[in-house]
Amino acid sequence: MDFSLSEEQQLLRDAIARFVASEYSFAARTQAIATPRGWSERMWAQFAELGLLGVPFPEAHGGFGGTAVDVMVVLQELGRGMVVEPYLATVVLGGGVVNLAGAASQKQDILPRLAAGKWLLALAHGEPQSRYDLHDVSTTARREGGGYVLNGRKAVVLHGATADTLIVTGRTGGGQRDRQGITLFLVDAKSRGVGVTDYRTIDGLRAADVALDGVHVGAGAVLGPVDAGLPLLERAVDLGAAALCAEAVGVIEALNAATLEYLKTRQQFGQPIGRFQALQHRAVDMLIHAEQSKSMACLAAVKAQSDDAAERRRAVSAAKSLVGRAGRAVAKEAIQLHGGMGVTNELPAAHLAKRLTMIDFWLGDSSFHTERFATG
Amino acid sequence: MDLTYTPEEQAFREAVRAFVRANLPRDIAEKVLGHRALVKDDWVRWQDLLARQGWLAGHWPKEHGGRGWTPVEHHLFDEECAAAGAPRLIPFGLNMVAPVIMQFGSPWQQEHYLSRIRENKDWWCQGYSEPGSGSDLASLKTRAERRGDRYVVNGQKTWTTLAQYADMIFCLVRTDATVKKQEGISFLLIDMHSPGVTVRPLILYDEEHEVNEVFFDDVEVPAENLVGEAGRGWTYAKFLLGYERTGITGVGASKRELQLLKEIASLQTKSGRPLAEDPVFRARLAQVEIDLIALETTLLRVLSARDKPGPEASILKIAGTEVQQALTELMMEALGPAAAPFSRRAIEEGGPAAPFAPAYAAPLAARYFGWRKVSIYGGSNEIQRNIIAQHVLGL
Repeated sequence: MDFSLSEEQQLLRDAIARFVASEYSFAARTQAIATPRGWSERMWAQFAELGLLGVPFPEAHGGFGGTAVDVMVVLQELGRGMVVEPYLATVVLGGGVVNLAGAASQKQDILPRLAAGKWLLALAHGEPQSRYDLHDVSTTARREGGGYVLNGRKAVVLHGATADTLIVTGRTGGGQRDRQGITLFLVDAKSRGVGVTDYRTIDGLRAADVALDGVHVGAGAVLGPVDAGLPLLERAVDLGAAALCAEAVGVIEALNAATLEYLKTRQQFGQPIGRFQALQHRAVDMLIHAEQSKSMACLAAVKAQSDDAAERRRAVSAAKSLVGRAGRAVAKEAIQLHGGMGVTNELPAAHLAKRLTMIDFWLGDSSFHTERFATG
Repeated sequence: MDLTYTPEEQAFREAVRAFVRANLPRDIAEKVLGHRALVKDDWVRWQDLLARQGWLAGHWPKEHGGRGWTPVEHHLFDEECAAAGAPRLIPFGLNMVAPVIMQFGSPWQQEHYLSRIRENKDWWCQGYSEPGSGSDLASLKTRAERRGDRYVVNGQKTWTTLAQYADMIFCLVRTDATVKKQEGISFLLIDMHSPGVTVRPLILYDEEHEVNEVFFDDVEVPAENLVGEAGRGWTYAKFLLGYERTGITGVGASKRELQLLKEIASLQTKSGRPLAEDPVFRARLAQVEIDLIALETTLLRVLSARDKPGPEASILKIAGTEVQQALTELMMEALGPAAAPFSRRAIEEGGPAAPFAPAYAAPLAARYFGWRKVSIYGGSNEIQRNIIAQHVLGL
């Protein structure tokens, strides 16, 4: 039983923490969000230089052969800095699917470019009706000639508009909610028939709705087994959910630190408001949420790599459920304890609270994962 | 990071499991798993068995006659015992006064008392709370006056758990009323059989005789029973409370209770189906189970990182007692109207509390009410939050 980070992991953590502290100011973030693409290419290039973009990929494909625990270390620090660049979309989710499902040639084609910061991915699986169910796919993938024709709508695709390649789920068989018959496709975002509408999300990121109208792809676009893509997608999304738990821990810790600072400096009735017991106890509950979330992020990272699907699902869902609940509670308390300042646009803590709340809405919220945990 | 038990730890767990399976008396396990009331003999028999095996104080350092178990091994021991339906070990000697005596006691106290605790010869109880000193423990008034080689003790303790069985009590007493309240307190070990000690039952609303009032009228205590220095009792008391709180976490017992809750939910019905399949109930149960996983993971994170409890013990106390209370609440709710029938006889001797009710239902409402105490004792959960606010957050 060992929860400690290896020396390499500590070095990785410290390097990112230093980088975020010196380069990733709140002002720079705000500026990046206001650009047309919504994040900074310069920052992305620096992530590549730091080696962050290849962390979970095999060394043979330009990566660093890292584990989900290494990804956890990265995401905690990125969370602390409220980083808006498409790390989760490209490296964890997109890269994760390619790494798990791709043929060697597909990995060799995509992962080195991705690790170098020269290629972006997005996972386009959600649909307007699917909510958090990965198996709910109505997008059709009809065989034609040697390839497929895709038709359907993909909703709230994280960083969908900046992706070079979209990873799309399509039905090659079965009904809309069948587990069988789902196939993963690599779709060039510039393909004819791909209509991407970019928009902002409430927490400072970008997402897109993607319309697929008769998009032709070749047989080489199929990622993983035909009709049986779901288990691989689930695995990648579990890794993504574990990464989100880690990001949440970073956000919670940053938000708790900011709130504590405010409690110690804000004066009312002639004393720091942190002297009031009603507020102290709420701050303690925030700390308890942080500690429990940290434990669960570790558990999720370690178990997300498990080959035992039941064990993996159970741990990841327990973690995402608890962290989702904890994160939303911390966000609400932080806003309340900051008083009116907590709802202003200038305050970093307010943006931390928004991100923390919305983490629960990606890859399954607390209720979804509680149900998934209960039903196994 | 490696969240698996080592082969040595797994072997340790197996050894504990085999011993418990072979030795835990069936009648005791049935009582514990059926949530029935225990009597002194139940605890004594089980603790004697462990003492003979050398495991009662297995987590003590070897220099004090323990086996030097790591905190993780101690947790595994606790978990295996709890899972099989062993009674919770009485912590007052084993886990509370013993660490204080090891750290601050005289060689004679270590030689005499530690061996008797290890061998289950003395039943200890805790003399902390007083009628006027609950959360504000340092305001305590029980006086100990030094007269030659003795102390003379006068005053009253309350909420004293199982004092009716106790041979010894460790007491916080005031030896100096002229200094700051924390600085006038001393830590005294008192023989419960001394003249002038009176124990009066305090029956709680589940009609259980678990706690007592203890009165001291001119009780003479040899000065050699003072632990450490006079006036340093508050320091020792706080040291001890860290151990008390870690112990209250109760992960092993909560894991057992969760299993029992699942069994009850599969036996009870709602809308013609097992309650366990009801989506609302299932979601609430899952939430408690998830909280318990988080608690266990946090406990293991703390245990694997250090060996002495710090302020994080307060976090574990809060989170642990919240899970325990949620479990007792769901267990009572699972019964529906069958929660209402009440019979002390059923709780003590087994059997149903009403003709058409199952026997397992009889103790569960009383248990729910009884379990409200866990967020009150050992320093109420609000006091724990004060401690964390002060010592961890610096507020």
